[in-house]
Amino acid sequence: MRDVAVVGFAQRQMKDFDGSPTCVELLVPLFAECYEQTGWTRRDVGFWCSGSSDYLAGRSFSFVQAVDAIGVIPPVNESHVEMDLAWAMYEAWVKIQTGEVDTALVYAFGKSSAGVLRRTLALQLEPYTMTPIWPDTVSLAGLQARAGIDAGLWDERAMAEVAHRSLTDAEKNEYAVRQGGSSVEALLDRPVYADPLRKHDCAPVTDGAAALVLAAGDRAREVRETPAWLTGLSHHVDPIGLGVRDLTRSPSTQRSGAALDLGGVEVAELHAPFSHQELVLRRELGLADDVRVNPSGGALVSNPMFSAGGIRVGEAASRIWSGEAAKTLAHATSGPALQQNLVCTLSSTPEGGN
Amino acid sequence: MSRTLSAPVTVAFDYTRSTGPVIGRFLTGLRDGVVVGARTSDGRVVVPPPEFDPVTHRATGGDGGDPYVEVGPEGTVTSWVWVPEPVKAQPLDRPFAWALVTLDGADVPLLHALDVASPDEASTGMRVRVRWAAERVGAITDIACFEPVEAGSGGLATGAGAPSATTVDGPVTGVVTPVSLDYVYAASPEESAFYRAIAEGRIVGQRCPHCGKVYVPPRSACPADGTPTTDEVELSETGTVTTFCIVNVPFLGQRITPPYVSAYVLLDGADIAFLHLILDCPAEDVHMGMRVKAVWKPREEWGTTIENISHFAPTGEPDADYETYRNHL
Amino acid sequence: MAKTPAAVIGVGQTHHRARRDDVSMAGLCREAMDRALEDAGLTLDEVDAIVVGKAPDLFEGVMMPELFLAEALGAAGKPLLRVHTAGSVGGSTAIVASSLVQAGVHQTVLTVAYEKQSESNAMWALSVPVPFNMPVHAGAGGYFAPHVRSYIRRSGAPTHIGAVVAAKDRTNALKNPYAHLHNEGTTVESVLASQMLWDPIRYDETCPSSDGACALVIAAEDVAARSADPAWIHGTVMRSEATTAAERDQVNPQASRDAAAYLWKQAGITSPIDEIDAAEIYVPFSWFEPMWLESLGFAAEGEGWKLTEAGETAMDGRIPVNCSGGVLSSNPIGASGMLRFGEAALQVRGRAGEHQVDGARRALGHAYGGGSQFFAMWVVGSEKPTG
Repeated sequence: MRDVAVVGFAQRQMKDFDGSPTCVELLVPLFAECYEQTGWTRRDVGFWCSGSSDYLAGRSFSFVQAVDAIGVIPPVNESHVEMDLAWAMYEAWVKIQTGEVDTALVYAFGKSSAGVLRRTLALQLEPYTMTPIWPDTVSLAGLQARAGIDAGLWDERAMAEVAHRSLTDAEKNEYAVRQGGSSVEALLDRPVYADPLRKHDCAPVTDGAAALVLAAGDRAREVRETPAWLTGLSHHVDPIGLGVRDLTRSPSTQRSGAALDLGGVEVAELHAPFSHQELVLRRELGLADDVRVNPSGGALVSNPMFSAGGIRVGEAASRIWSGEAAKTLAHATSGPALQQNLVCTLSSTPEGGN
Repeated sequence: MSRTLSAPVTVAFDYTRSTGPVIGRFLTGLRDGVVVGARTSDGRVVVPPPEFDPVTHRATGGDGGDPYVEVGPEGTVTSWVWVPEPVKAQPLDRPFAWALVTLDGADVPLLHALDVASPDEASTGMRVRVRWAAERVGAITDIACFEPVEAGSGGLATGAGAPSATTVDGPVTGVVTPVSLDYVYAASPEESAFYRAIAEGRIVGQRCPHCGKVYVPPRSACPADGTPTTDEVELSETGTVTTFCIVNVPFLGQRITPPYVSAYVLLDGADIAFLHLILDCPAEDVHMGMRVKAVWKPREEWGTTIENISHFAPTGEPDADYETYRNHL
Repeated sequence: MAKTPAAVIGVGQTHHRARRDDVSMAGLCREAMDRALEDAGLTLDEVDAIVVGKAPDLFEGVMMPELFLAEALGAAGKPLLRVHTAGSVGGSTAIVASSLVQAGVHQTVLTVAYEKQSESNAMWALSVPVPFNMPVHAGAGGYFAPHVRSYIRRSGAPTHIGAVVAAKDRTNALKNPYAHLHNEGTTVESVLASQMLWDPIRYDETCPSSDGACALVIAAEDVAARSADPAWIHGTVMRSEATTAAERDQVNPQASRDAAAYLWKQAGITSPIDEIDAAEIYVPFSWFEPMWLESLGFAAEGEGWKLTEAGETAMDGRIPVNCSGGVLSSNPIGASGMLRFGEAALQVRGRAGEHQVDGARRALGHAYGGGSQFFAMWVVGSEKPTG
């Protein structure tokens, strides 16, 4: 395997994006930021891959205009996944591993606020016996949260502790759309919304976009003194049926984590759009108590659809670049109640040593 | 004033789904007032029956055996959640609960709505039963919802008390699923400026500061180099038909009655053609290089839309020289 | 760094029909997958990862349908990817799947692409009006017809060339048991007599709307060694450009020309017409055969129609194009590109049945999408690539 690192990251997150669902106008400054970080122009990028969803935009081929933001004369080596940025990154990582290219810029975008997000996402479900009754995302997460509470695996206080820590950390994240902790007690005093969930247990509807830059070997070293080397990358999917899954578990996360060496991870950015999901993920990854989880505030404070998973990678990479950590972990999720999951480790050396 | 223009869009279609034999068997059961599961290779009774075995990957029932098992109309709640603000088309239009219910005889739960008045009335472990829809057609909505077993049987009762099947018989092979989603579509800031100018009767393009090309409508990124177009250029109302097609085919959702000519019009001063209608001459007279001019609707009908221009009509000028538009084909 | 050699060792497809009322979406995919696995002599449990391709989600009204399909496709517990690059998606998906093997990440990858067009209406799904815009859009035919007119003007082609292509592809389809259309007796005259839908495109020059799926098993050298007839991948390419740009060549897009040049270079091909034995080219509207012949370098600019007119693209011609009947005879949109890639593999494996080109050793699979802006292509060969 070639040594590949994350060497660039840019993000925009907001409650209501006052712009088009193609998000071209959001992508232009993001790419500019990536060029500034790397010292590259678009011609230095060997491969492009994006992630987005037609149903978020409300129209077919909603991604085709996004390539305008690249500037595509001459034409580019490019692909698109109807998935989160993290999987676009995976496709690019594979492309680099084939040796065809040495560099890639991957991006994702989505205007969640264009529709009623929790209802739109009911279209992700089994279309014959689930979608026709429109189970919404918040409810599906609530069923999962209750299953864990009933099983004694967590309680509302543990969930509030996750929310409190996230909101507090979000104060240092200029992109967070929700921030400001008070106390666990104060959060627990807030009314229950979708029993057993309170509103702060659920990620806010978030618009946004993000981009990551990958480079192999010396191309990465040219960009940064300490590139964030992707020392492990693994993803798996579970069945969608809530009935056939143990909702308190995430086997695909467990399997992805088990494929990697998670020893020595200091910081973990977990894509948990609902507070209890962080608890599920921690357990499946076997993270020790001293692992710093979601210093960015995580998806609970801003969850731009189709970017939020990849943003975890960017946040985890940033901590390698800054020297704050020698080994970090990033996780991305997709589908209802943690159905599909990707885990990667980032390290200050390609060998992954501390 | 908002930076961008926006307007509602509804994306709606009644999807016609063929179910295949397994889901068809489940839906046939619902139509007939019974809930059907299937025994999988690991010995569990799964509801709804999976189309393919989770372990062997073989098609359920594909080996000629009968894997189907009727389960009871009553069951136990294994998890639930409160829905304080139902969304459109959910089973109940008032606050309700979703519940995972393991029906008697099944090993895994089924998801459906639970009709209770408040979260206080829901609990894990509670006994519930199917409330059948008044009319059953062979769809998951034939189950109106679950209801607590203790509650007075106000609706159509379950099990042996279920009403007999509708007059339709034979296996269910398809289901119609209406999907209607409401969106707010926003134009980009550059497009919004264009449409606002159109509302004043002006056609305004923008020049890319990098390559110098004039785009109409303007773009958030010049597709050649990724730079937003900036400098405004007021364009002429006359232009050249570069190429076109005559649409003879009617289709669902069509807003203009065929036949009509959909043409690329290269306005004088622009570097890109845009699509519009050509009228005021027989369709067969429209040709490449034809000179055309915008015909505006009456001013009182104007809005922030390119439809302010009703169509383009021939100017009667001589055709444009091929060389003037050959690079636009 | 050289790519790890990879080969197609299994190809499967459904019987394509206007309505496959007998199956669900999972059933449709599994029909193709099970055939591909049987061809490869493998079971689902021996597959390392699944890559799914499909065109717009609005076609079936399911957002990211690979999620609900995961278990039925045998992907539960495995890596699953979903590619979407518009009409080129079937080809792009095959390329993503092959790159997983060529990168050395996996040994055996199964890829499946499908469309169940009968669940909705593609014209509707592609023409949902955009506020503030002129509602002149009329599906894919309405989009491509003006560009076909431009080609005719630029090349000076006689107006019956489109009918020649349609008659040939529909006749070829009679030899393909999986093809959707089996229209006996289609002739140039009968095509010319069919209704003009999107002038200059006639009804019989248009692809059908199909339900169908295609699946491929792509394997690394060690696994492929067990196959009697692997189709080795000699080159792959993806290129993209904008839908609309000032002075963009919409007839012969630069992304297409660039892609072809890169592909031939990888495969060591200097004269495509002499070195490619069969081509499966994405031709949803008949005129795109001569257009792509030129863009791909099988003919000089403005000369593609001459190959078509002279019968050189027929099964016994210099460059047989779409012996399977092509997109003009079966169009499950998301799968159409993969069918081109899979049919190319069948040709070099000598497994194309009645539409086999004798002794085919190298074949092209081609797909395009969007407004002729996304391109995916591969060359497969009966021999393992050298170096």
